[in-house]
Amino acid sequence: MTKLLSAGPNTPLMTYELLHQTPLGPQHITAAKDITLLVPGTFERREDLTVKVGDGVRTGQKISPFGPAGAYAVSSVTGTIRAIAPMSGDYGRRYTALTITKAPAEQTDDAFSGQAPTLETLLAFLRAAPGNPPLHLFAGAEPAVHTILVCGLDADLLVATNQYVIKAELAAVSRGIAILKEATGVPTVVIVVPRDLVQGFGHTGATALKAVDPIYPAANPHLIIHRLFGQEVPMGKSPADLGFALFSAESVAAIGKAFDTGRLPLDKTFTLVDKQGRKSILSARIGTPVADVLAAAGITTADRDRIIAGGPMTGAAVYSEEMPIRADTDALLVQAAGSFALTSDYPCVNCGECVRVCPARMQVNMLVRFLEAGQYSNAADLYDLDACIECGLCSYVCVAHIPIFQYIKLAKYELSRLNAAEAPNG
Amino acid sequence: MASNRMFIVSHAPFWHNGSGIARRNFATIVAALPALALGVIQYGLPAVGVVTLAVSTAMFWEWLLCKATRRPVTLGDGNAALLGLVLAMLVPATVPWWAVLTGTFLTIVIGQQIFGGIGSNPFHPVVLAMMILSISWATIFDFNAALVNYDLSFKAVYPLTVVKTFGSAGAEQFSALDLLLGRHIGGLGATFGLGLIAGGIYLMIRRIIRWEITVPFLAGIFVTALCFQTADANRFAGPMFHLLAGYTLVGAFFLLPEDSSSPVNTIAMVIYGFGGGVMAVLIRNIGVYVDGVLLAVLVMNLVSPLLDKIRPKALGKVG
Repeated sequence: MTKLLSAGPNTPLMTYELLHQTPLGPQHITAAKDITLLVPGTFERREDLTVKVGDGVRTGQKISPFGPAGAYAVSSVTGTIRAIAPMSGDYGRRYTALTITKAPAEQTDDAFSGQAPTLETLLAFLRAAPGNPPLHLFAGAEPAVHTILVCGLDADLLVATNQYVIKAELAAVSRGIAILKEATGVPTVVIVVPRDLVQGFGHTGATALKAVDPIYPAANPHLIIHRLFGQEVPMGKSPADLGFALFSAESVAAIGKAFDTGRLPLDKTFTLVDKQGRKSILSARIGTPVADVLAAAGITTADRDRIIAGGPMTGAAVYSEEMPIRADTDALLVQAAGSFALTSDYPCVNCGECVRVCPARMQVNMLVRFLEAGQYSNAADLYDLDACIECGLCSYVCVAHIPIFQYIKLAKYELSRLNAAEAPNG
Repeated sequence: MASNRMFIVSHAPFWHNGSGIARRNFATIVAALPALALGVIQYGLPAVGVVTLAVSTAMFWEWLLCKATRRPVTLGDGNAALLGLVLAMLVPATVPWWAVLTGTFLTIVIGQQIFGGIGSNPFHPVVLAMMILSISWATIFDFNAALVNYDLSFKAVYPLTVVKTFGSAGAEQFSALDLLLGRHIGGLGATFGLGLIAGGIYLMIRRIIRWEITVPFLAGIFVTALCFQTADANRFAGPMFHLLAGYTLVGAFFLLPEDSSSPVNTIAMVIYGFGGGVMAVLIRNIGVYVDGVLLAVLVMNLVSPLLDKIRPKALGKVG
């Protein structure tokens, strides 16, 4: 696909992977020794945390290191906490990493069993469920959600995780939809699937079924709202600000399964793409190190390879095989050293490819001039920085190999820091 | 278990469509070769000399500038070679060596590097250089005088001068076929209409130049020339003549659509192209210059940033 494009017209028409192109891999991968859970938020002093090194945890136990009201993770194994460490993610995100050494025998925590499917239960137990359900939208006095979207497709290329889940676990998805409707009081639930997969969703309890063109980046949340609901998400706002809550099919299935079985779901389904581009769908407990997944799939890594959590357009490269599979790791992509193009510090030659490919109709050629000079406020005021829907196509087509997408994300992050710093004064 | 592999960490996206500046420039060089080949056949070794000197000195100036400003040497992207080649296309085969040397200096240093290098030039560097050259040494670039000693199988008069002097009757000496097949004098790579069209179509298919600029430019030439002809058929030559004579085709495919100095939005590109066509014929027919394409390109380069303000409203932009 990419070969063809490089020789011919530069307008990319990249199609999403369809499920039948993605075989199932080894069904389930178990961690060898340790798992790592990442809890959003960080700590100043270890004594402030409610957990400490040496604590025992059971499978399915909710761990709230910052107290009962704070963020939490759900232990996916039985064992002992071996280490607690702060960890930095991209763009200032901070986590607390809990490393748990597995015990030989598995014990299941039963705090969740028997809970009624209410919003309180969902918020208390399922915020860290596989697929990361955006339940926080229902937690506070934020704008009311009027429509829940169940996305049976992934926003990025190569990834078939949610297509698989909505096909293979349709009963759980249906149950999840019923629970969400009941618990949140949102009457409208719309299933979104690729156009080729619209058959067989008759009895899901969803209000409507909508189909997305299988051409990237049609499954981008902003474009889903724009093209399927006819509303443009205002610049700098999110679909949630318009009252749309986007759930991945997997997260809805997880909610359904949780109340069906009385146990918190712990397995994360994801698409693994190896160095040859072969895809398979597998699952592993949340927290399983990437190294264990690669070993189980028979993938060996070498120096200067690239390992990506997420898809090829919007994923994030990881620097260590010790990084865990997380609740939102929909894909794992391994690229062999030397097989990928690197970015350059060449100047923009104003060819205009980025402008023509941008689904948000931005003037990327002008924008990048401001971004390269660090003039983020001007970029936002004059050239619509906030309109970016973060699809990555500008970098993909850039003849000068400028990391435009990175510039844009960095600028957005720096501006948000600036605004956060100014907010108390103004 | 703990491996200490050194992975490459970079930002998304992790794919690229494989395009590159060098690929674009080399494709453009390939597209220019048919037209240059006929020039070499017609004018022989002097033409080879001009082309090679132009390419090599253009590369030399860029190398020198990179060294002088302590920046990485960027000759590998083919940009200097391309600019040298395009300059060679526009000049008569008899141009003296020092004029080529000056021309490539003006192209690379004045036209591009002092503005910040590739991508930063507000004008097409070659057009700027050609204008300076032809104003400074008009006789060298007077094709009739320059090529007077050549024994060619066709009339050694520059079609645009003939028309300027004798009106549309002069244009009748040149059939469209003559102009297409290069049976007229002019820049050594600017006379072979078919070769230029073939190269241009190749560049448009590769999307290296935009048809949204080239086609409106040719349409602008056609429409304006038609208006003039309708108004006074004795004085002004017809649209086909203007489409094929002088620098029209080389301008349409190699000068006007240059990346840095042309707009990127669709409406802006159409206005830019069409405006260039109108300007070129206006200058040819009622201006003092024989050919208006180079000046038209410069004028449109000048308004290009302004035209690019005509842009679609960004997704989700209010007001």
